[in-house]
Amino acid sequence: MTLWAGVRAGARGVIWYLKGLLGEDAYEKYVAHHAASCETDTAGLDRAPHPLLTEREFWRDQTDRQDKNPQGRCC
Amino acid sequence: MGAPSTMSEGTTQEPTALKRIPHDLAVALDPEAHDAHDRQWTPLKIIIWSAISLLGGLSWVMLAVVRGETVNAIWFVFAAICTYLIGYRFYSKFIEKHIVRPDDRRATPAEYKADGKDFAATDRRVLFGHHFAAIAGAGPLVGPVLAAQMGYLPGTIWIIVGVVLAGAVQDYLILHFSMRRGGRSLGQMARDELGVIGGTAALIATLVIMVIIVAILALVVTNALAESPWGVFSVGMTIPIALFMGCYLRFFRPGKITEISIIGFVLLIAAIVGGGMVNGTEWGQTYLLLDKVTIAWGIIIYGFIAAILPVWLLLAPRDYLSTFMKIGTIGMLAVAIVIIRPEINVPAVSGFATTGTGPVVAGTLFPFLFVTIACGALSGFHALIASGTTPKLIQKERQTRFIGYGGMLMESLVAIMALVAALSIDRGIYFAMNASPALTGGTVQGAVAFVNGLGLTGVNLTPSMLTDMATNVGEESIVSRTGGAPTLAVGLSHIMQQLVGGTSMMSFWYHFAIMFEALFILTAVDAGTRVARFMLQDSLGNFFPKFKNTSWRPGAWAATAIMVAAWGAVLLMGVTDPLGGINTLFPLFGIANQLLAAIALAVCMAIVAKRGLFKYLWVVALPLGFASVVTISASFLKIFSTTPGIGYFAQNRAFSEALAAGETSFGTAPSVLAMEAVVRNTMVQGVLSIVFVVLAIIVILTAIQATWNAYRKNSSATSEDDAVQSQTYAPAGFIMTPPEKVLQAQWDALPAEKKIKVTGH
Repeated sequence: MTLWAGVRAGARGVIWYLKGLLGEDAYEKYVAHHAASCETDTAGLDRAPHPLLTEREFWRDQTDRQDKNPQGRCC
Repeated sequence: MGAPSTMSEGTTQEPTALKRIPHDLAVALDPEAHDAHDRQWTPLKIIIWSAISLLGGLSWVMLAVVRGETVNAIWFVFAAICTYLIGYRFYSKFIEKHIVRPDDRRATPAEYKADGKDFAATDRRVLFGHHFAAIAGAGPLVGPVLAAQMGYLPGTIWIIVGVVLAGAVQDYLILHFSMRRGGRSLGQMARDELGVIGGTAALIATLVIMVIIVAILALVVTNALAESPWGVFSVGMTIPIALFMGCYLRFFRPGKITEISIIGFVLLIAAIVGGGMVNGTEWGQTYLLLDKVTIAWGIIIYGFIAAILPVWLLLAPRDYLSTFMKIGTIGMLAVAIVIIRPEINVPAVSGFATTGTGPVVAGTLFPFLFVTIACGALSGFHALIASGTTPKLIQKERQTRFIGYGGMLMESLVAIMALVAALSIDRGIYFAMNASPALTGGTVQGAVAFVNGLGLTGVNLTPSMLTDMATNVGEESIVSRTGGAPTLAVGLSHIMQQLVGGTSMMSFWYHFAIMFEALFILTAVDAGTRVARFMLQDSLGNFFPKFKNTSWRPGAWAATAIMVAAWGAVLLMGVTDPLGGINTLFPLFGIANQLLAAIALAVCMAIVAKRGLFKYLWVVALPLGFASVVTISASFLKIFSTTPGIGYFAQNRAFSEALAAGETSFGTAPSVLAMEAVVRNTMVQGVLSIVFVVLAIIVILTAIQATWNAYRKNSSATSEDDAVQSQTYAPAGFIMTPPEKVLQAQWDALPAEKKIKVTGH
């Protein structure tokens, strides 16, 4: 039972790492960031709260930003 | 946020406004507790570090002193890993303590500029993998293979010692300095620290160097795919696979990257297997057996289209595949080397190291070993990555040591494994594969005669060795397959078949390795063209403002076409070069890369000097001095040497005179047309060498001047962004230290609503 739990925890770790490495968690991070910053945003200041992008919009926006700001890959 | 960077002429004194415990919990370890833990040598620690030192020492003795008939590959791996551990634990900590001086009370750009997109704090272990995937490509796999002609020892020492004292230092410092400046690029930092002249020279040098690097990487892949229907098919299939993945992510399941990467990987394996089937058909032999010039044109056209297509369609999905393959294959090779432990039957130092007449790359050990192996020991290109995405994703300042220094050590380990793979194949086969067609005639008979004529002890090549190996790896011929990639692929298949599948699987492993290298290279070509295009547009924009707008299609296409034409011309020159291509052009690649390293280190030196840390300036001055001496002397040899095999202009003169004398063949050039090509090529290569070295000297001189000025004024200025209070905590290294564990546990126990304090927007 504990072995099984260990295997499952290990597999979860591997999946977490792979997703992080490939950048699959980008949307989750964006949502978390948005949720956290909205409180401060709407709490006053001159900034209008910007609406949360949907998952599809977010990924389109992400590759479009890469288009405008290319990153080198090394040799 | 996002305000223009301020040149605060403040001092490097600890900013007193920063608090270690801004709210509920500490955001940085208590420095005293931390130091106490570092200084506390428990018996267990002493035993572990003694064991590492002893094993490392023993491995070096086995490599450098014992030198039996053969040497086991495992000693390379142990010597490397033990030296890296010692360098990481002691030298990088020394640099951290005296030069970098990280302060976890300061927020990183990922915290104070957080936007959830470009600036987003990333787990240190994930970011390590991310950074590694961005810095490691085909370079560390190719250079060591070519340098293996000088014997195993010089390359091994340079890769291991070079990375600890030079390569990893550069990556670490640039990463940290860029992070302290909100993720500023190397070019911007050069302008800030070195002024207009130094900054402009650095910018032009970067652009020219990028062109050369892309061209030579493309040459490596061209040489690997020429006359190989199997390779052309499987590598060609990566394009439809990537397009499919791109559409899947765009329209069908956005964000499901792991899922589509696994699907893509399965398709990739199918493409390799399919290539084997195509290879056997008449159709494959008729349409896919392409010569070098055709392949080169294919890559040029592909490069242009790939660079103007939107990122989501081709570049991003192929990048996922490349990352997947990279981590997987390197891990696999490491496991295979440790299990198989191949015996290596190569002299420690070969005669070519001193005579400089090696057929693979011309020139003596000094300085040409140090430019042949650039990536893996010291790679200037990394400075562009370390001042690009990575500094914008770092969670805490203290993590730069693990990511910057540690990431480069990993790349060095890859270089060592590539060296081992190349050394493990028969030496006769090695030279037959890496001598240019001008020397072997491209035939089995010619290769056998040439290699046996080199007079190497213990080398006795027979025609059947070459034909058997070609059949095993599923190629028409392995003679004169220069560029390093095919040799590494033979080495990898030779090692892997002992682990999985035996001889019948060799062809699969060979093409797996070719595919893996081609993926990196095509990604680097495409990304390099894009970056170069933006740099060009930025520069052109100073004269024609319209070019500044990077979304303006005609401008973007014109700039892309100029960059592709530039590297395409160098590529075609290499492909058609009667002297062989790789052996004349590869030194240019290494020189370009090391000059970029010299530029990056010059910027670091100016920064360190301006902060007034003169006592520790040698940490930067040492690798800078070495890189400068190596690259400038290599460039001078390439420009001024009177030996035609080494000096571009000497070669140019020899062929010009022969033409003037009315000769119709000269040296390895069989016709007047070929002789004219040599004259043209050597002139271009010579002029490029001059451009590089002049630019680099300007940058280095301006850096020395900046350093001297700082010394005279007793400077303690800084060009860093203003310090912002951090509100978060994360451990520094891969494994948490006991004090870090305690603090992390407190953070884990903190209620969620108190945890996230974002100051950016």
